[in-house]
Amino acid sequence: MAVCIAVIAKENYPLYIRSIPTENELKFHYTVHTSLDVVDEKISAMGKALVDQRELYLGLLYPTEDYKVYGYVTNSKVKFVMVVDSSNTALRDNEIRSMFRKLHNSYTDIMCNPFYNPGDRIHSRAFDNMVTSMMMQVC
Amino acid sequence: MEGLTLSEAEQRYYCDLFSYCDTESTKKVASSGRVLELFRAAQLPNDVVMQIMELCGATRLGYFGRSQFYIALKLVAVAQTGLPLRVESLNTVKDLPLPRFVVSKNEQESRHTALYSSDADNPASYSGVIPPPPGRIQVKKGSVSHDAVQQRTSADQQESTSPVVSPQQSPPTSPHTWRKHNRHPSGGNNERPLAGPGPFWAPFSEAQPGSSTTSDPIWSGHSPPPHQENWVSFADTPPTSALLTMHPASVQDQTTVRTVASATTANEIRRQSSSYDDPWKITDEQRQYYVNQFKTIQPDLNGFIPGSAAKEFFTKSKLPILELSHIWELSDFDKDGALTLDEFCAAFHLVVARKNGYDLPEKLPESLMPKLIDLEDSAVVPVISEAGEQTGEVGYASSPAEAPPSKSPSMPSLNQTWPELNQSSEDTAIVHPVPIRMTPSKIHMQEMELKRTGSDHANPTSPLLVKPPDLPEENKMSSSVKFTAGNTVTDGYSSSDSYTSDPEQIGSTVTRQRSHSGTSPDNTAPPPPPPRPHQSHSRSSSLDMNRSFSVTPGQQQAGVVAYPPAVPPRPQPSQGPGPHVHRPVDAEGLIAHTSTSPQQIPEQPNFADFSQFEAFAVSGVNKEEEDEIETHSEVLQVEKPSDSASSLRVAKADGRVEDKAPANVPTNAGKGTTPLAPPPKPIRRRLKSEDELRPEAEEHTQKTGVIAAVLASQPSIPRSVGKDKKAIQASIRRNKETNTVLARLNSELQQQLKDVLEERISLEVQLEQLRPFSHL
Repeated sequence: MAVCIAVIAKENYPLYIRSIPTENELKFHYTVHTSLDVVDEKISAMGKALVDQRELYLGLLYPTEDYKVYGYVTNSKVKFVMVVDSSNTALRDNEIRSMFRKLHNSYTDIMCNPFYNPGDRIHSRAFDNMVTSMMMQVC
Repeated sequence: MEGLTLSEAEQRYYCDLFSYCDTESTKKVASSGRVLELFRAAQLPNDVVMQIMELCGATRLGYFGRSQFYIALKLVAVAQTGLPLRVESLNTVKDLPLPRFVVSKNEQESRHTALYSSDADNPASYSGVIPPPPGRIQVKKGSVSHDAVQQRTSADQQESTSPVVSPQQSPPTSPHTWRKHNRHPSGGNNERPLAGPGPFWAPFSEAQPGSSTTSDPIWSGHSPPPHQENWVSFADTPPTSALLTMHPASVQDQTTVRTVASATTANEIRRQSSSYDDPWKITDEQRQYYVNQFKTIQPDLNGFIPGSAAKEFFTKSKLPILELSHIWELSDFDKDGALTLDEFCAAFHLVVARKNGYDLPEKLPESLMPKLIDLEDSAVVPVISEAGEQTGEVGYASSPAEAPPSKSPSMPSLNQTWPELNQSSEDTAIVHPVPIRMTPSKIHMQEMELKRTGSDHANPTSPLLVKPPDLPEENKMSSSVKFTAGNTVTDGYSSSDSYTSDPEQIGSTVTRQRSHSGTSPDNTAPPPPPPRPHQSHSRSSSLDMNRSFSVTPGQQQAGVVAYPPAVPPRPQPSQGPGPHVHRPVDAEGLIAHTSTSPQQIPEQPNFADFSQFEAFAVSGVNKEEEDEIETHSEVLQVEKPSDSASSLRVAKADGRVEDKAPANVPTNAGKGTTPLAPPPKPIRRRLKSEDELRPEAEEHTQKTGVIAAVLASQPSIPRSVGKDKKAIQASIRRNKETNTVLARLNSELQQQLKDVLEERISLEVQLEQLRPFSHL
């Protein structure tokens, strides 16, 4: 499923990015970077729209022949970007949403850690484990 | 570490020794306890051993890695040859004999050392040398299962000094070995750590006193390492802390932070770290210390330490932020950003462990899980389940849930509006005390009404009559629509004293409503559709409602299903609000039901009433019907494929107003007027509506007068049931019609509202979806 998961801060710098096939890491980094444009577009489009889960989940940002990119933004403009391999039988939207929800929950757990300064790179092992679980299940 | 070149023999020997010391088979770290024993066996003065340990870097690292071990061994050899210990000597001293390890503590040890020394230079004998030491070590050390290999010999040495410092507190026998086994959670080892786990202790204990006493003087040579003091300061509670044995040099930093407890107590604590069955178990003294520390931050033991305060506190321990962050992750069980006493103790314990060289676990050890009981149980392995669950529950409840799974966005509006509509519809529509079941209710109610026939007619009809007239005029608001629908209906009713007259109006309205809902108007016209299971099935109920509508032209159209011809009419108000209260689907069902009532009317004598309805509807509700149709179509669109709804509407409209369908979407807002027709289920209603519309049209006109008559005759219906069947039926029909009309109106209005809302949402969604494409 997820071949790459990235957490982008409000200022659009990455807090956490991890890819499974490490050899193509740079490609995924680039993909995530370009997807930020789409994310911003969607965010601005929503504008004043009701803030609810639906809005947090941006959905498919853009598909390519190899993979699809999904986006999710929190209320504090922290973005989660997930790159999913297209070959995987299309993951249902609900699954993607649940994955983002888990990501969000883990992220909030990190935030609760007083030793974590918002804006720092995320080094939490628990977060890593959760991301690994999400990526592993994909592969 | 300086590069260490070992000869082959040395390599082998060291490797064997390392394996020997690698009690935990980590292949990387030698058990510090074993290493310590080994060094002791080297018969080197303590200070030399200390020096060796420092040089090899074990002190720095806190454990004996393979390289450290090798270096240490080499240094031992260097020392044994009498050369000064220098780092340079590692590689410069050539032809260094292999280090000799003499076990002088007991016969076994001596035997082993003999083996060692004898075979020191013989590679082949290494294997022979090796086995004995384990036995020796075992004897000496008792349980070899050091869980944490990081027990440094330095720490041991330092700890060994602790008995010197506080000899009275712990038997001097225990110092080293005991320290090494500190990790073993042998709780009762305060006195005689040797008495701890395993049979090994026994032989060792015998040997220990002697050996330890001998070792004591050796160790006593060491000045109390600052670590002790650190630990002492760190733990101002009476001795027990098993972790005290661990003190790494970094603990020194904690002296500044922690209150300095008596060195003796600290030593004792360190010494009594034998409570190490579970390496993470907190001893009583430790716990007490933690609790005291907790109090300094938060006097209330049941309170929380906020994250910031905890951060400050633990930062003083000088652990790297990353590790502190991990410790926090482990210990903040409920992820609430604050530490309870248990969590604080766990965190503190982890900090101490980490400072003593233990690696942080990936998951919180069981013994550190927050307990429910804070103060009572300390060293006992806490019952995690209760405490953890409770704290966890509390914590999770308070933990921020930023991404709570929410329902699908498409539903909320509908779901939210339904209860509101229900309430409103009930309030507005119900005049009759008859309870209304909102969802599948229509059919049920209609049936009830059909059965009742008599008294209900009068009452329900009146409100029904009141409502319809307003329908045509007002738009959009369900309540207003309801009222209007009701008014129109009532007007229709009032226009005719009996249902016979009303049916026409009602019928018209019903038909119109049916056109909206798709069921009611149609139901009346054609022969009643085959009985459907009423109640609880919105769709079926919708059909039934149609039937009931048709059946109860004279009645208030309350009955949802008029399967049996004699279904007593439901109180009309119940019918009225009923359909409106449903969710869009249900409303449709209701409306369908209401529409069924008119449909059923033809089957029954009540059918005549429907014509009243229709006439009434036609008269007063034409516009509203259009609106209703459109609104219904909107509602349907929202809930179901709009096509069906619009087609439904169209179908219905064909009966009366044929141009309404196209205007469905745009005119949603105000339409929902036809009081009788709840948003029709697309397909069924379509069929029915088509069928019903035509006959209804006919009937309505006829029934308008009938309805009025029925209404008037309602009170008399029960009496005349047996006698004036026609009157009864008419009244029944009238009531039914009224009910259905009102119900339909209610539901339609509600649906319209919901439809509008849903449309809005869908449009918004579409807009959002379209936006990215616009950019591409």
